[in-house]
Amino acid sequence: MAVGGKRRWWWKRRAAVVAGVTIAVSVWLGSHCYFRRENMAKAEEALVSMCEERARMIQDQFAVSVNHVHALAILISTFYYQKQPPALDQETFAYYTAKTAFERPLLNGVAYAERIIHSQREIFETRQGWTIMTMKREPSPMQDEYAPVIYSQETVSYIEAIDMMSGEEDRENILRARATGKAVLTKPFRLLESNHLGVVLTFPVYRSGLPEDATVEQRVEATAGYLGGAFDVESLVENLLRQLAGNQDITINVYDITNASEPLIMYGPQIPEGYMPLSHVSMLDFGDPFRKHQMHCRYREKPPLPLSAITTPFGIFVIIMLGGYIVFAAKNHYDNVKEDCRKMEELKVQAEAADVAKSQFLATVSHEIRTPMNGVLGMLDMLLDTDLNLTQKDYAQTAQVCGKALISLINEVLDRAKIEAGKLEIEAVPFDLRSILDDVISLFSSKSREKGIELAVFVSDKVPEVVTGDPGRFRQIITNLVGNSVKFTERGHIFVQVHLADNSDLGADEKVYSGLNGLSQSEKVQIMSDCTFDTLSGFEAADTRNNWENFKLLLSDEMILPEASTSDKEPDIVTLIVRVEDTGIGIPLCAQDRVFTPFMQADSSTSRNYGGTGIGLSITKCLVELMGGQINFISRPNVGSTFTFTAVFKRCNKDAIADTKRTLSEALPTGFRGMKAFIVDGKPVRNAVTRYHLKRLGIAVEVANTVKMMLNSLTRQNSNFRTGRQPYIILIEKDSWYTGMDVYLHNQLLLLKQNDCVLELPKIILLVTCEYDKMSTGSLVDTVINKPLRASTVAACLQQVLGMEKQQKKELSNGPTNLRNLLAGKNILVIDDNKVNLRVAASALKKYGARVECAESGKDALSLLQLPHKFDACFMDVQMPEMDGFEATRQIRLMESKENEQISIGGASRGEDSMIVEWHLPILAMTADVIQATYEECLKCGMDGYVSKPFEEQQLFQAVAKFLVSKPSSDS
Amino acid sequence: MSLMALREQLNVLVNSMFLEGLLDQQFRQLQMLQDASSPGFVAEVITLFCEDSERMLTELTKLLDQAVVDYQKVDAYVHQLKGSSSSVGAQNVKLACIQFKQFCEENNKEGCLSALNMVKHQYYSLRSKFDTMLQLEQRIQAYGSEQQN
Repeated sequence: MAVGGKRRWWWKRRAAVVAGVTIAVSVWLGSHCYFRRENMAKAEEALVSMCEERARMIQDQFAVSVNHVHALAILISTFYYQKQPPALDQETFAYYTAKTAFERPLLNGVAYAERIIHSQREIFETRQGWTIMTMKREPSPMQDEYAPVIYSQETVSYIEAIDMMSGEEDRENILRARATGKAVLTKPFRLLESNHLGVVLTFPVYRSGLPEDATVEQRVEATAGYLGGAFDVESLVENLLRQLAGNQDITINVYDITNASEPLIMYGPQIPEGYMPLSHVSMLDFGDPFRKHQMHCRYREKPPLPLSAITTPFGIFVIIMLGGYIVFAAKNHYDNVKEDCRKMEELKVQAEAADVAKSQFLATVSHEIRTPMNGVLGMLDMLLDTDLNLTQKDYAQTAQVCGKALISLINEVLDRAKIEAGKLEIEAVPFDLRSILDDVISLFSSKSREKGIELAVFVSDKVPEVVTGDPGRFRQIITNLVGNSVKFTERGHIFVQVHLADNSDLGADEKVYSGLNGLSQSEKVQIMSDCTFDTLSGFEAADTRNNWENFKLLLSDEMILPEASTSDKEPDIVTLIVRVEDTGIGIPLCAQDRVFTPFMQADSSTSRNYGGTGIGLSITKCLVELMGGQINFISRPNVGSTFTFTAVFKRCNKDAIADTKRTLSEALPTGFRGMKAFIVDGKPVRNAVTRYHLKRLGIAVEVANTVKMMLNSLTRQNSNFRTGRQPYIILIEKDSWYTGMDVYLHNQLLLLKQNDCVLELPKIILLVTCEYDKMSTGSLVDTVINKPLRASTVAACLQQVLGMEKQQKKELSNGPTNLRNLLAGKNILVIDDNKVNLRVAASALKKYGARVECAESGKDALSLLQLPHKFDACFMDVQMPEMDGFEATRQIRLMESKENEQISIGGASRGEDSMIVEWHLPILAMTADVIQATYEECLKCGMDGYVSKPFEEQQLFQAVAKFLVSKPSSDS
Repeated sequence: MSLMALREQLNVLVNSMFLEGLLDQQFRQLQMLQDASSPGFVAEVITLFCEDSERMLTELTKLLDQAVVDYQKVDAYVHQLKGSSSSVGAQNVKLACIQFKQFCEENNKEGCLSALNMVKHQYYSLRSKFDTMLQLEQRIQAYGSEQQN
């Protein structure tokens, strides 16, 4: 196809070239012809005008001559015939005519012949003294009449005595002349003597008394003689024309065309010459109506072609060719560019497709690997449970660790691939940021304890409790960063802070990045490495903005404006700044610019020492960007790194907060509100963290730097107002503790009690970072809390110490008996299209004492559940033909909400709303595949929970307990 | 044969089935559900399961015989079969069903056919054991009623 297209294209191009050339040539030819024709027309015009000019001139001259001959005729008739004796003789005539010859330029001579009747010949001859001769110079034979020349101009004196009637031409002329009374001309013939072509003009001379309208007979009768002249046309015309301009260019032929079929030449070459195609014919009127004359003019040579007729078309031709070439070249170029562009597009599409394919391939492969890997890991787990000797166990454990590492790597690759394929979507669900942070912290708690690193979280009070965003991804980001930090930190601390973006800037403004990453600081580091810094652990952090000065600023800011910010109309968007600060090995300067590039670690030795693939940070970056934030970091080798990222969340409205708080994670116990606690901690940042956790539990906090200060302040306070308030708790950092402290403290406190400063002995809690710290605590300490601190662990500890263990706890020690209690006597509907499942589920529930009814489809269930019904709960299979569990649930909920509306309306009118029980049947999904998506789908369509099939006692209990215990009265 | 011997035989049979991987924990759950109030519970469930499974296997065979296979229908049946087998604790059948389901999702006819054969094979081998088990149960019950008489 491409070849065909190319050929077609080639042909097209060829045709275009041919067409272009053809057009150019035709334009060239056309313009050339035009110029030629124009030139010809001009030449013809010139010819016509020249011809007409000559014709007119000859005619005029001729007319002049004829007129003069006419005058001569009058002269003769006057002086010869009307004078007696005649006053004219040969001498006078010759003299006169010679003198007036200039008047007749075309006549080379005139002569007068008298009309002699034969009867008068004798007399005439004797009178003249000569005999009448013929043209041949012989004595004339006898004729009817004669016309002998009696007077002649000197130039033609040779014709004296010759009878003009003897020449045939002359005779005809004479006869015609006397009949018409006008000048007549002969046809051209060779003249005597000169042998030139010429014509003879004959003019009759009448005796007087001839009337104007005389008849031919009268004229003939009155004829006295004939005046004649010879026009030597050839030489005369020659002379005449010579006087005119342009004589050389044209040839002229004069014809006598009296006999139209046989024109007689009068002037010019016998065979017409010159440029034949262009000629002009002018009629000549010599005054003789019998004779007709024509003048033919033509150029001697073909009129020359003007140079412009060649150059101009050639110029046009060249211009057209050039223009055509330009168009052609442009078109060619355009085609080429277009072709290139198309190829580029193709390549681009291919490249994009390849990229997508790559990501998809990665995703698929990762997924495919994950499945068998799960099997491998599971088997390893099982293998580890069996009896193994030590070596085997070691091998198996190693294999398991490797497998887990592989799985986590695959998960990361999968994430990365998903992000690249654009398949990763950010959720928007309300979540509690603080509890997520606590969870992450607890993930790493064992590691941090092992290493003896302080791990702490601090969330600014201004950060809303519940925000809308993607908790999973947020957790992943934090986990990645903290995980990295834990990996690369051997001493010091890891500190996670969350602030609102706008007020976090307050502290950051003055200190810019300059020099933070630079080497200039490294010397200082060495000098200062002995002193302690105002950071969480006292080690220096890379980002000096995180030291106590700024932190204090942030805190004080919060103290000052806690109300102002909440009372204001809050924006919908919450931008958080999260800092993860560690005092680890830092990132080498040379590697800092490729930290976020996938599979790039600081250097190859890193992966040997610390493991990992280096994909985590790139994923983190992607995730942060997906969440509308930015990530950057400040790092100094051997000092530590601080990663800072922003994340944009939506603020939840109040109702949603209340809702989610109920359902989200474990709510913190509320029993501590109003309690007071003392923190003894010399490090301000650290005690701020501790304070934060206690505040979350609702405990009022006071801070003292040392135990002594604490005791002092206790004394002072309680002497002022000794209210029997909640028991004091004293939390003491390990730093402020030393051996024997417990005894001292105990004594002091006892003393205080005796002085009535405290009503009860405060509980003493020690905060430790490392496991081994526990050992050195004294016996008088009530309990020890292992860092990292989490609100929930602190709460658990406090409950334990204060003896506040809740009765709830007992319930957790449930069992079949409990389940039996819960389910006994309850009406439960089980819906499943699979009879076997139905039977099993039903009997399982029956076993716990429930009264079970079964339905085999969603529709049956709907008809059974028409309100009002007796059921306390409903177990619904998710996947059913016709109407699946989700749809059925939606229908049920719809029914209920309608009913509830009616009830509430009715109830309100009756004013007994307290008695009203809202219809809400607990619906639990039964599903074999317990994956998150299904669970979410369940909640979305209004289900209350799910249990996996086949039933597991524990899970069943948990699911059922939520509903059947919480409102037992309404159910029974 | 004494009642004890019969019980012993039944136990041996069930245990061997466990060992072979034909059954899993779920079957134990079923056995636990059977008590004085519902003496024939296990037998009932097994009968139900067999009836159900055979019906579905016939349907599946029919569906896969067609030139154009309606994979959605096939999937629905396989899902049901999987559900009931997991309820009964028929581990091998369940695993075969999972395999089947995968082929079905890939619209892989070859795979489906072989998977169906696998399921059938597993089912029939289980079925024969179940038959023995049911006979034993019946005899035990008959014994029990005789004794009562």
